[in-house]
Amino acid sequence: MIGIEHYIVVSSILFVLGVLGIFLNRKNIIIILMAIELILLSVNLNLVAFSAYLNDLTGQIFAMFVLTVAAAEAAIGLAILVTYFRNRGTIAVDDVNRMKG
Amino acid sequence: MDYANSFALVLPEIVLALSGLLLLLVAAWGGDKAARLVSIAAAVALGGAFALAAVAVCSGAGGLDTIAFAGQFRADAFAGLAKLMIYAASGAALIVAPRFFERAGAMRAEFPVLVLFATLGMSIMVSAADLMTLYIGLELNSLAAYVLAAILRDDERSSEAGLKYFVLGGLASGILLFGMSLIYGFTGTTNFAGIAVAVSDGLSPGQLFGLTFVLAGLAFKISAAPFHMWTPDVYEGAPTPVTMFFASAPKVAAIVLLARVSLEAFGTQDDAWRQIVIFAALLSIVIGALGAIGQQNVKRLLAYSSINNVGFILIGLAAGTQAGASAMMVYLAIYVVMTIGSFVAVLLMRDANGNQVENVSDLAGLSTTRPVLAWCLLALMFSLAGIPPLFGFWGKFVVFQAVVEADLLALAAIGIAASVIGAFYYIKIVKIMFFDEAGDTVRGAGDTPHWSLLAICALLVSPLGYLLIGPLGNLADMAAASLAVAF
Repeated sequence: MIGIEHYIVVSSILFVLGVLGIFLNRKNIIIILMAIELILLSVNLNLVAFSAYLNDLTGQIFAMFVLTVAAAEAAIGLAILVTYFRNRGTIAVDDVNRMKG
Repeated sequence: MDYANSFALVLPEIVLALSGLLLLLVAAWGGDKAARLVSIAAAVALGGAFALAAVAVCSGAGGLDTIAFAGQFRADAFAGLAKLMIYAASGAALIVAPRFFERAGAMRAEFPVLVLFATLGMSIMVSAADLMTLYIGLELNSLAAYVLAAILRDDERSSEAGLKYFVLGGLASGILLFGMSLIYGFTGTTNFAGIAVAVSDGLSPGQLFGLTFVLAGLAFKISAAPFHMWTPDVYEGAPTPVTMFFASAPKVAAIVLLARVSLEAFGTQDDAWRQIVIFAALLSIVIGALGAIGQQNVKRLLAYSSINNVGFILIGLAAGTQAGASAMMVYLAIYVVMTIGSFVAVLLMRDANGNQVENVSDLAGLSTTRPVLAWCLLALMFSLAGIPPLFGFWGKFVVFQAVVEADLLALAAIGIAASVIGAFYYIKIVKIMFFDEAGDTVRGAGDTPHWSLLAICALLVSPLGYLLIGPLGNLADMAAASLAVAF
């Protein structure tokens, strides 16, 4: 029987993978965008699982909002990435260093 | 609860949303030629929203009458006061922007529209009474802010700032959201009032995890250490009017939101969040002070200065009392004025051709070449450092008074000691302006809007500002009293 714990464990693993994807990735900014998307989806999994477990609709409504915002966020991220690429001609993570820090 | 009542309570937001949508159409049809018109219309809309929010503040609204849409939204005096600061700061950004962007040949009609939508998001944030409203407001603000940071499309630094802001902001909202999903799962509700009931007899480990994630996500948004890494880069790379906007309005919104989550939703469990807030506060003060010392760029320096100031505001929150919340609002109001003043002064640093200069060394000998600018900067810097005759001192004073009253003497002692380190680099700037060999860089003339904004800010932070202690204190007390907490 698959209980609520299993869902929490899977979503936590996805969340950690997403965070590691942002920090350990030394290659390409598109991978960072995918990692952010993974984080948001792990949250969605959590919300929907809790919603079913608690027999309460709020979590599913919240998940809808998160999906919508995630779409807008991806669009804006890609747009910024395109202007960045036009200026620099590269999207390698190691090259994002025009300013120190 | 009827809808007419709810809509009446969200009137300022409706004004902002409708004018934003309408101006977006104007901008789409009129193109960049309509930029001036859109700017003016956006400023008028902000003024209208300001007047509407002022009514709520002056009546000291609080309690059940201010709850709209079945507990999703609270238009109380606390939110109202924050909205006044936010609208004023956004308005200032609209005033200084055209001149800067016209010089760069990039005054786009989208700019005022994006500022309006960011302001709408912040307005929803400060009124949030539910995790869902909080998230929608926060994202509406953030998504507009990412675009604003990257608005100079042909500038390498601007698009890099936008990219960094986007990646780290996206991570922050992910962390925040994960925390919210845990809080929802372990309390069974997303409503602040419901959460307060669910946690009233102790936090379960799941709820504590959720709270920690939410605090970490919000600390990111207010750029409190240890989540401040993005701030100097984004502040340096973004166009100066946008940096001014980032340093003022969204800070107010995110701090007020943090106060709402800690006090309204988790008010009964203040020991759980207090240690996190104290840690972030002290670390921000120290990192803000030490990080600023070696900086050559004025905007980077002001970024560290804002990290430092956020630390003091968090100390007011750490008190966890009504006096603490009120002190926080007073400090925020003074902070907004000081920040706007400093960035307007940076905008007035132009060389003979009218181009912006932003190095600390360019300020050398400013007192002989541009005495008025130098004296205004002197007032602002001493005020940011909290040196007594200036108004910035009052903000620090009320914050520490609240902390001492809450019996957190050790925190007050360490905070005051750390604020001395911060004074070092503010005084260094004054030394460069008044005692160094005069350079010949800052030559360009200013224009009336900039000078009048700078004059207003300098007057407010000068000792004359103390005339406002009474009204400001009353407003802040009223705002703090309207929070749905039994202190």
